[in-house]
Amino acid sequence: MTLDELSLVALYSAMAVYALAFMAFAIDLARRSATVERELEYRTSASLRVGVSLTALAALLHFAAAMLRGFAAHRVPWANMYEFAMTGTLLIVSVFLVVIWVSKVDLRFLGTFITGLVLLFLGVASVNFYVAVVPLPPALQSAWLVIHVFVATSATGFFALGFALSVLQLLQSRRETAGTGPRFLATLPDAERLENFAYRINIVGFILWTFTLMAGAIWAERAWGRYWGWDTKEVWTFIIWTLFAGYIHARATRGWRGTRASWLAIVGFSAVIFNFTVVNLFFKGLHAYSGLS
Amino acid sequence: MSRPSDYIDSRPELPDGGAPARNVPLNAVGWARWAWTQLTSMRTALVLLLLLAIAAVPGSLVPQRSSDPNGVSQYFVNNPQLAPVLDWFGMFEVYSSVWFSAIYILLFISLIGCVVPRAKHHWEAMRSQPPATPMRLDRLPGFVTLESTATSDETMAAAERALRTARYRVQRFDRDAPSLSAERGYIRETGNLVFHLSLVGVLVAVAFGGGFGYTGQRTVVSGQSFVNTLASYDSFNPGRWFHDGQLDPFSVRLDDLAVTYETENSAALGQPIDYLASVTVTEPDGSEEPRAIRVNDPLRTNGADIYLLGNGYAPTLTVRDPAGNVVFTDSVPFLPQDAKLTSLGVIKIPDGLASQIGMVGFFYPTQAEGANKAYYSAFPDLEYPMVTLNVFSGDLGLDAGKPTSVYQLDTSTMTQLNGRKVGTESIELRPGETEDLPNGLGTVTFDDARGANATTSDYTGSVKRFASLQIHHDPSRTWVLVFSLTALAGLLTSLFVARRRLWVKILDDGRRIELAGLARGDDPRLESAIADISRQLPSSRPTEGTVG
Ligand code: HEM
Repeated sequence: MTLDELSLVALYSAMAVYALAFMAFAIDLARRSATVERELEYRTSASLRVGVSLTALAALLHFAAAMLRGFAAHRVPWANMYEFAMTGTLLIVSVFLVVIWVSKVDLRFLGTFITGLVLLFLGVASVNFYVAVVPLPPALQSAWLVIHVFVATSATGFFALGFALSVLQLLQSRRETAGTGPRFLATLPDAERLENFAYRINIVGFILWTFTLMAGAIWAERAWGRYWGWDTKEVWTFIIWTLFAGYIHARATRGWRGTRASWLAIVGFSAVIFNFTVVNLFFKGLHAYSGLS
Repeated sequence: MSRPSDYIDSRPELPDGGAPARNVPLNAVGWARWAWTQLTSMRTALVLLLLLAIAAVPGSLVPQRSSDPNGVSQYFVNNPQLAPVLDWFGMFEVYSSVWFSAIYILLFISLIGCVVPRAKHHWEAMRSQPPATPMRLDRLPGFVTLESTATSDETMAAAERALRTARYRVQRFDRDAPSLSAERGYIRETGNLVFHLSLVGVLVAVAFGGGFGYTGQRTVVSGQSFVNTLASYDSFNPGRWFHDGQLDPFSVRLDDLAVTYETENSAALGQPIDYLASVTVTEPDGSEEPRAIRVNDPLRTNGADIYLLGNGYAPTLTVRDPAGNVVFTDSVPFLPQDAKLTSLGVIKIPDGLASQIGMVGFFYPTQAEGANKAYYSAFPDLEYPMVTLNVFSGDLGLDAGKPTSVYQLDTSTMTQLNGRKVGTESIELRPGETEDLPNGLGTVTFDDARGANATTSDYTGSVKRFASLQIHHDPSRTWVLVFSLTALAGLLTSLFVARRRLWVKILDDGRRIELAGLARGDDPRLESAIADISRQLPSSRPTEGTVG
């Protein structure tokens, strides 16, 4: 078996374990709903711990897959869509694991969302985006590839968590005012705290995104002869940056904190996903590195 | 007023949004003041930011003249009805359009109007002492009470020490009871101001660089030089305030362009791995220096940056009249049409032959034949090179005074003399070969660039390459970077440094200590900060609230 084939095996194994983790997290949510229904107090269930352990295990396999791909290609494993997806989702999971480990607040309830998202992306990537290992074209042979893309994908990891928290914030605040929504919400922090967590996570994403934008400009100056040229990908990086700047402002504007700010975070993350998928695949520009034709 | 009135921590806004009160006559000054307040409000800044994001979208959907001029021409061809309408709205130049500019100019006016008063206020706040301790602390966040056996003075001294170590600015008050009022994190606001002002810096620097800079393109065949004067550019885009005197007359000779292709990995055969242009730079004072240009590694010299943006082959062709006199000889850049470098070139010969002729040629670095007998290139390197030429005679249109492209031949008024279309063979040449032109016009030779060392067993080096160079000068690039970095530093400070006030009050002659704090902006650690200080006070234990 070649290294690349081994990498695929590791990746498929990781996906299987993510699927199990997803189920464990989903069971936890179901148990939360059940305890609320029976008016019992929710205590963190075993399935939550199982979910986290399985996620960590899957992340290890996932990491092995990325490393093997890198060894197979003799370079960093993020130079085309397939590799972006593989490494990007690995970073999303890593950000999640680090955040739940560091955070004093229990944010493990985000597991269903994160493992689901990662599974979805890995599925699409391995089926539709897979390309054999090819060498880097000269424009990508740069230390900036390592920095720029790594930071951009880490930012995506934070925005993903921020997105999930913002969605929950919306649901929670609706539950608080109208009393509707899934029952497990009662076991989660209240809307205001969810919003504060979302903010703290999104600002980390925003800083990383600012850095991505700047590093991209420095690289573009070296590779394309100008630091900014409104290439489609540059346009979307700018749009995302501006949306999140708007989000941070919204948090500080009377009448915008809360629901409206959450919507902005949701729109912002949607733009990130749009940028990664639609813009990469269908828009014409200098950043045509999907490796697909 | 230090912050916009709709800032989240400001006093509530008037219900009518601060519009001039009804009983005040609505004079111009009143309305101007009202408009200014609106423009510098948080809401306006937010809406303008969102508008800017939305306004940027169309530029990614429709090709832009600045980055993709050919795409724009193509768009006009494909959508003849729609394109002029879009053009009228500036859709092909979104980022310099009136509406896009209007949004960001308003945004920056709002920014300056917002930041300047805040900077003034912050300057004063930084030099004044923390405000007096509130009478009642028990309503404030993080409130705790401790019991103590230490004297009031001991506690005060310990609290002051703890606060100063944690970098608080401390002021003692003795109104109702001895107390300390402390504040930290002024630098949060400083960071915020630095961030916003740096954005202004970036904008100004970008505008300045665009105005005084220039960008030019030039195609150089190996062995040729290019002198940095206006006349030698193929295309040149100066900034608004550019003047010719800015061009330093240095020159660059392309000695060699080496391209490495993937030959092993079957999934990527022929993919370029490396480009290396070896050049000699001649300084204005005449001194020479060998240098290199790579993709990702431009040549920086005399305030200009030279980039290697494209490459291709430039077959050397020589045309002789029937008597054997040379009427044309040149290395002609052929433009690559695909990844395997099938390339298209045009040769125009207005003088010296019986009629004006134009030739349209294809170059195949590794010529191969497809099923339908059409030729294609199987590999981008020189394995089995061939030029094919179709000859046209008639008016080249060079005298009409209309600008014509050297890469295009308008054949509408010309007669095709050979090629499939007229039922004869195209001229096919390998390096070193000569053939007759049709109608006895003369001969054409594909010269082998290796001269006397030519062999037909290995074609390496038989055809010259050309490099497309971009020469760029941007006088303010460094400033853009500097302001970006100060913006980043400001951002980090303002998002991660907590600004908070903390109070310590001593009651009952030192037997009871109260602490409370107030966050200004997001502050996840307010309570733990209070707990931290309280732990450093002499022999105390909590009676109310929690000390974590
Ligand atoms: C180019 C336009 C602008 C951009 C990109 C921008 C971006 C940002 C960012 C990223 C932050 C968070 C980081 C920090 O606090 O330093 C921020 C905060 C802030 N901005 Fe702006 N801003 C812009 C214009 C404005 C304008 C016009 C105003 C005034 C109306 C304004 C007022 C504020 C205030 C008061 C904060 C502090 C928010 C807080 O306390 O959390 N900004 N801005």
